Amino acid sequence: MGFEKFGRRSFTAMTKTAKFVDLLAEGKINGTVCKKCGAKFFPPRADCSSCFSAEMDWFEMPTKGKLETFTTAYYAPFGFEADPPYTMGVVNFGDIKLFARLAKDIPIDDIVAGMDVSIRTLTYDDGQLSFEIIKA
Amino acid sequence: MAKDVAVIGVGQSSFVRGYPGSIRELAFEAFKEAALDAGITQKDIGASVFCSAPEYDKQRSPAGVLAEYLGLIPQPTFYVETVCSSSSTGVKVAYSMIKAGLHDMVAVVGFQKMSEITSAESQERMGRGADIQWEAPFGTMMPAYYALYARAYMAKNGLTHEDLMGVRLKSASYGTVNERAVYRKGVKAEDFDATNPDAKMAGPVAWPLRVGDACANADGSSCIILANAEKAKAFTKKPVWIMGIGAASEAVNMAARPDFSKGLSVGYAAAAEAYKMAGITSKDIKVAEVHDCFTIAEIMAYEGLGFAKMGEGKELIRAKETYKEGKIPVNVDGGLLSKGHPIGATGGSQMRTIVLQLRDEAGPMQVPNNPDIGLVHNVGGVGLYGSVTIFGR
Ligand SMILES: [Zn+2]
Repeated sequence: MGFEKFGRRSFTAMTKTAKFVDLLAEGKINGTVCKKCGAKFFPPRADCSSCFSAEMDWFEMPTKGKLETFTTAYYAPFGFEADPPYTMGVVNFGDIKLFARLAKDIPIDDIVAGMDVSIRTLTYDDGQLSFEIIKA
Repeated sequence: MAKDVAVIGVGQSSFVRGYPGSIRELAFEAFKEAALDAGITQKDIGASVFCSAPEYDKQRSPAGVLAEYLGLIPQPTFYVETVCSSSSTGVKVAYSMIKAGLHDMVAVVGFQKMSEITSAESQERMGRGADIQWEAPFGTMMPAYYALYARAYMAKNGLTHEDLMGVRLKSASYGTVNERAVYRKGVKAEDFDATNPDAKMAGPVAWPLRVGDACANADGSSCIILANAEKAKAFTKKPVWIMGIGAASEAVNMAARPDFSKGLSVGYAAAAEAYKMAGITSKDIKVAEVHDCFTIAEIMAYEGLGFAKMGEGKELIRAKETYKEGKIPVNVDGGLLSKGHPIGATGGSQMRTIVLQLRDEAGPMQVPNNPDIGLVHNVGGVGLYGSVTIFGR
């Protein structure tokens, strides 16, 4: 699958990490890990900036993390007008972090920094594939 | 201090909404003012550097097009971009060329005509100065990114909405006397009162940031003319010397950012480098321009620059220490919050303010007691790039 399938609306059609989208379709949210030096990356990378290796493995992201910070957007950019309000945040898993939207079913007032969260894949009505942050 | 490279001329267009001309004419306004200020002609200039964020320009490769209109051909010209800090980066490049002996005098022209596209398009394109592969697909915008920092910073350091409003009230009080600013109306605390239906500043944009926490898009241009010591002495009695230049960059993706409650890492790194090169500390700075695209950015800048300890930036605004009469006056030209933020013109505009301050020519915005050292802090993207430049008489 091409990378244009990623997210509410993708801006990148081609990347060597496009397999990320196939993995999303299988319900998996993966980062990459360097086979040579063990460096872990999320978002996934095709090239290791620590040792220059291009030999990467996929690894499944942890599922238990803490919401480090978040914001609720009341306006949206061109192409996302139907979506607000929506909340986006950064999950800290300890050794790695992830940025995404929070699931719509979490009431905005229930969201606090430091709360325990998890992540899951989602498919939009138009077939776009993404992932989101959910309550742990 | 090394008196090797001086600013000999500064210029800026008025920052406006909907400039009634082309980017050539807009750039000409700032260049003309700077050339007249320096008392030079185009023949004296060895090279030019044009700076903007290309996502707003319909014209491709604008440097050559603008150089011709400004009369700067056949000298070499080129284009520099680091989003919102483009013209500060342009000054670093110009400084380097002069220090290397390639040119005696270089003009750095920043410009941006943001009104060519709609506000929604503009938000999206600014967003493309962030990570388009992994973050834009979620519908990110600049306010949302800064809000991630604001949320974490406020939670850890006890910063309140009242403090953020304090930054805006300060900026607005100076914006009213800056005839080049786009937003010249006064702002009152009532304007932030969400229970008041007429309160224009109270609406949420990306919580915890409100309308009043954000600067406005604007069209504008700026120009800084730099020269080596020999030329500076020949042309001006009031050279303002570049004492230190620092710059840094950071991961574009929020997933790779360190602690959000500590502010932008590039602010700390660029400041440390600039202070070291200048051989001074933050205590020597008498007046500063910092990148306040959002109110939270100004508070974080206080700390990155060493005006306050980490987490204590709020104390400066609470005690009004960053007002004109305070310990360290900051953004007394109204800052980006009042002037507006024409991306490529921003750093040059900040530098013009500091040069005028050091020449005692800032009029109603003049800081008392003849400031001798001033600083410009200019951030590109959400701390993707950071630039700190120190100027001295
Ligand atoms: Zn490696």
